[in-house]
Amino acid sequence: MGRDMATTNSWPRQSLSSSRSQFRDSCITLAHGSGGKAMADLITEVFVSRFGQGSPGPLNDQALVDLGPLIKRGDRLAMTTDSYVVDPLFFPGGDIGTLAVNGTVNDLAVGGATPLYLTCGFILEEGLPIDTLIQVVDSMAQAATAAGVQLVTGDTKVVPRGKADQLFINTAGVGVVPVGVAPAADQIQPGDVVLVNGPVGDHGAAIMVARADLALDSDIPSDCQPLHRLVDTILAVCPQVRAMRDATRGGLATVINEFAIASQVSISLDETQIPIRPAVNGLCELLGLDPLYLANEGTLVVVVPPDQAEAVLVAMRSHPAGHHSQIIGTAQVESPGLVTLHTGFGCDRVLDQLIGDQLPRIC
Amino acid sequence: MQYVHEFRDPTKAQGLIQAITALGEQITAHRPGPIKIMEVCGGHTHAIFKYGLEALLPGTVELVHGPGCPVCIMPKGRLDDAIAIAQQPGVIFTTFGDAMRVPGSHLNLLQAKAQGADIRMVYSPLDALAIAKANPDQSVVFFAIGFETTAPSTALTVLQAQAEGVTNFSLFSNHVLVVPALQALLDNPDLALDGFVGPGHVSLVIGTHPYDPIAQQYHKPVVVSGFEPLDILQSVWMVLKQLAEGRCQVENQYTRLVQPDGNAVALKAMAQVFQVRPTFDWRGLGSIPASGLAISPAFAAFDAEQQFTIPGKTIADHRACACGDILKGVKKPWDCKVFGTACTPQTPIGACMVSTEGACAAYYNYGRRSRQSTPSAVKPPVQTSGPSPQTRPTTGELSPAEPGKIEQYC
Repeated sequence: MGRDMATTNSWPRQSLSSSRSQFRDSCITLAHGSGGKAMADLITEVFVSRFGQGSPGPLNDQALVDLGPLIKRGDRLAMTTDSYVVDPLFFPGGDIGTLAVNGTVNDLAVGGATPLYLTCGFILEEGLPIDTLIQVVDSMAQAATAAGVQLVTGDTKVVPRGKADQLFINTAGVGVVPVGVAPAADQIQPGDVVLVNGPVGDHGAAIMVARADLALDSDIPSDCQPLHRLVDTILAVCPQVRAMRDATRGGLATVINEFAIASQVSISLDETQIPIRPAVNGLCELLGLDPLYLANEGTLVVVVPPDQAEAVLVAMRSHPAGHHSQIIGTAQVESPGLVTLHTGFGCDRVLDQLIGDQLPRIC
Repeated sequence: MQYVHEFRDPTKAQGLIQAITALGEQITAHRPGPIKIMEVCGGHTHAIFKYGLEALLPGTVELVHGPGCPVCIMPKGRLDDAIAIAQQPGVIFTTFGDAMRVPGSHLNLLQAKAQGADIRMVYSPLDALAIAKANPDQSVVFFAIGFETTAPSTALTVLQAQAEGVTNFSLFSNHVLVVPALQALLDNPDLALDGFVGPGHVSLVIGTHPYDPIAQQYHKPVVVSGFEPLDILQSVWMVLKQLAEGRCQVENQYTRLVQPDGNAVALKAMAQVFQVRPTFDWRGLGSIPASGLAISPAFAAFDAEQQFTIPGKTIADHRACACGDILKGVKKPWDCKVFGTACTPQTPIGACMVSTEGACAAYYNYGRRSRQSTPSAVKPPVQTSGPSPQTRPTTGELSPAEPGKIEQYC
């Protein structure tokens, strides 16, 4: 952890208006990463004021967490880290800040962990407007509050113009896994049932449309949302859930392939049961893309024993993040590692792992 | 997404499969099978695999995947030329996305980009023109590839650039023509085909008349087809019907878009901007006379081949790669020694593996890694009422293509 922006778990909170008025710089300069007063002002006025909770505390090089409450929550710590480099920074349904919080929260949640603490590392490009940074930091603070997690420590670096694309964020997360909960990609048995919590491909489609180079208009919002409370709902009815994953880069198809390979089963998906918004399907038709490979940021894929599937489906649909949940496939013993899609046209085809990015077809 | 589901109705497909099965049995009662029909367009190949149409067809009918993927037929030498242009200082090289992974002799465009060339993916040549206008101090080159489908938009972009006085925009033209390629295939003694499912988007531009020689001189039925699964099945049925009735004609299944005379505006723009090259190299097929489009002298200022020094070399295809025979319909992808082993979408040797429209990539991604590895990938086809249709065997039982003796029905 760098010294640039290190705090305890107890940051002072100030109002947005007062902190903005005290921070007079209009854009990030190299001085904001130099360790001097400009950097101290940035940390205090922009980060600490938004991420700090409760009473003021000293800025140290680490956050301290009491072990006592953690031990009562479970028997294992879960840790994860992820870096966020999205273009554009802002898109319908979210921004890089909401991604940086929810993405890491979800990485913890799909392991069955209760997310508790996040760290954040910022890499800022010289010239980044302060208002842009503040908007992102506000989003992170709101997302953390909504998810019930604390941003407890962080770091910031400034790089010369052209050495980064506006703003990169890394978040790491710590959570606690309750006793007896152990979902893992290699636990799937033949006969197990695959569920998804809602329409797939929304985030990837939203980002494509938000990029100016497509000149398309659409109201597709990103599905960016925290999933841990939905996971809690599932674990309440099915503690022995086999595997869970949030279908981010590479989309639903990639997660299912990872499951099939790790558990050495085949998985057959039913195309007609996979929820996809008409607008996302239309965009994919236009560009020659497959929505099953588009990224998601709030899509949960769950595998459960067959006798629990209906109960899990009902539980998922009772939760706001799972209203549109569907049973989409089953694991089978034949052809270990293979994923097939039973198409709406009545045939089966292989749904393989993606090679590199999906590239639009020319005609 | 209106008016699409009507063309993807599995119930209607069952009716078409029944009719195809009946015609297939009728035709093969008097001659050896299977009946081989080539779908020319890569878009058709893509749809055939996406919807699993091959598994629905009876064993009497075989689809042969033709050379209609414009990415697949780009020879290594032209890729090397494109990369050489892209690596020039002050150049912004723009390209459609699926050309990014086509292998040249040493690099592809993605690798050239990683090495520092300013290569940008665009969705239209007009995007490239916009980049040129936004970067007046740099030279913006558009990698123009594709059949008559994409050539008109390229031509119109050049005309717009001329009208707007844009001087830092040029094309590296690799546009190719469908009919000369089909004639080259038909002149090949190895080829064993009974008919063609003709390209839809190309025909939207050129109309249906340019295919007349294929029916009249080569005696092969041609049915211009749409891209939805029911379009393709109906077109297969129409080819079979011609064969059963002893006819050889150019028919139009895609009447909702394709006119017999094509699109006059598009053809005029192409005629203005392009001229036909004496020959053009096709990957796997070799040099084909009058099959490529160059920028005409009147638009030399927009011709990247005039503006830049390029290697211009002809590079032989990889010895182990069977792309050529696959494009001719003589071999299936799994007949190739390197298919699914050394040659995969991750490490394509031949261009048939690069684009999802390429025959090899389509087999790899949607159907079959090899004859042995995915025996359960294809379930039994949709059952139809009446006599059980003669169905294609499951993946594991597929046999290599046998260039057979095909009786001429026309």
